[in-house]
Amino acid sequence: MANSRFWLYFSSPKTFYPFAGKLVPWCAGVAVVLTVIGLYLGLLVTPPDYRMGNSYRIIYIHVPAVWMSMLIYMVMAGWAAVGLIWNVKLAEMMAGALAPTGAMFTFIGLWTGALWGQPTWGTYWVWDARLTTYLLLLFLYMGFIALRSAIDDPRRASKASALLAIVGAINVPIIYFSVKWWNTLHQPFTVAPGQESKIDPTMLWTMLIMVFAFWAYAIAVALLRIRSEILEREKNASWVAELLDSSQDTSSEDNIAQEKSAQGDRA
Amino acid sequence: MAEPTKHESMKLCPKKLGLFTAFRLMLVRDLTLAMRRRTDVFTTLFFFIIAVTLFPLGVGPEMELLRTMAPGVIWVAALLASMLSLSTLFASDYEDGTLEQMVIAPYPLSVLVLGKLFAHWILTGVPLALLSPLLGMQLGLSTDAIQVLVITLLLGTPVLSLIGSIGAALTLGVRGGGVLLSLLVLPLFVPVLIFGSGAVEAFSAGINIDGHLSLLGAFLIVSIVFAPLATSVALRISVE
Repeated sequence: MANSRFWLYFSSPKTFYPFAGKLVPWCAGVAVVLTVIGLYLGLLVTPPDYRMGNSYRIIYIHVPAVWMSMLIYMVMAGWAAVGLIWNVKLAEMMAGALAPTGAMFTFIGLWTGALWGQPTWGTYWVWDARLTTYLLLLFLYMGFIALRSAIDDPRRASKASALLAIVGAINVPIIYFSVKWWNTLHQPFTVAPGQESKIDPTMLWTMLIMVFAFWAYAIAVALLRIRSEILEREKNASWVAELLDSSQDTSSEDNIAQEKSAQGDRA
Repeated sequence: MAEPTKHESMKLCPKKLGLFTAFRLMLVRDLTLAMRRRTDVFTTLFFFIIAVTLFPLGVGPEMELLRTMAPGVIWVAALLASMLSLSTLFASDYEDGTLEQMVIAPYPLSVLVLGKLFAHWILTGVPLALLSPLLGMQLGLSTDAIQVLVITLLLGTPVLSLIGSIGAALTLGVRGGGVLLSLLVLPLFVPVLIFGSGAVEAFSAGINIDGHLSLLGAFLIVSIVFAPLATSVALRISVE
């Protein structure tokens, strides 16, 4: 019971808003630190690949970005389902806040994959099963974002896009298993849970560090976006009015302080 | 209130109709409406013909090239034609309030939706499939390959109607609905396109096509079960 009350406590936008505000700097900090460590290890410490030389190093961006883009879609569809079934406003906002980040990671995945494909396969793009289904993921994200922004009523927008996200979720397992089901150009799994990794442990660790960096980034950005959406949707609620009043007061105090210091400089 | 439409009189009927009767009434109503406005059906068909005709004009008249492209070209044209006709699927019912009556009717909305979709398939999918041999011949497909093409179109076009209805229901009354509909629906059409045109290509290459046809059949069964449910949820979201 206490557990469920804990979750209900945070499902209210009023309590979630400050909670998210406290989490954002931590996640952003973790993302920056882990990205620096991961890029240092990836670009300078790990050995070059015996076949691909140094060009393989883009996988430290490519693989985490692709993982994140698929995972974010599933999480987004999950939140969309929660929002649609139990009518939780915060879950709907969560789904909407994740979509742009997921679309960005999908784009990065395609872009880095193309850059890696040119030296390795000799071409930027092939119509192979994994690449094509992955391109569809980008279209699904675009459809979700477009539908959400085309409908003016926010409740209807989030419900309609939630249904679309759930229907589109069928694509994600197809992308994930496409390299297993169809024998195509894209290489099959190198790293997968439940089997021994086929790559050097330092490479694996570097990749995992980058994955966690991207996780932290995605959470930070989604929370930032959800905070502004809460403010926008709850603009008529009294707590938002109080919050905005108090922040205006502090900002005006800041302005006065700045003006004073500027005057002091001039003097 | 004006004269009750056929649907409203059905609703006011004291005896509750069976599910199949509701399905059949919906089907007959949509077919009757379409027969009163026949040009809508022909517009879709002419779009299909024109879209296929553009390819020889754009690519050039080499028969060998056209023969290899034919399954894909005909399938893509059929897919676009079926998608264009989707935007009118619920639009007139939405505008005149019939859709609201359907939502509050004492029958499962998904059954009524299934009736509408069956009518939509009879009016678009079946004519497209029947017309495709002509276009296949123009593009130089062999008679056997044309038979396979018709079978895949008959199996695939109902899936297009079923999946597309979700998008059509979601974009009801939304500005820029038509373009938005294509953005939502086309990615979901891709598996049908791949296996539909793939079957014809595989047949021409002398490969067994049982797998392709089984997968198309599987898509059909899965979408018959789930798409009307998803569409009725979407309609409730759009109408409320």
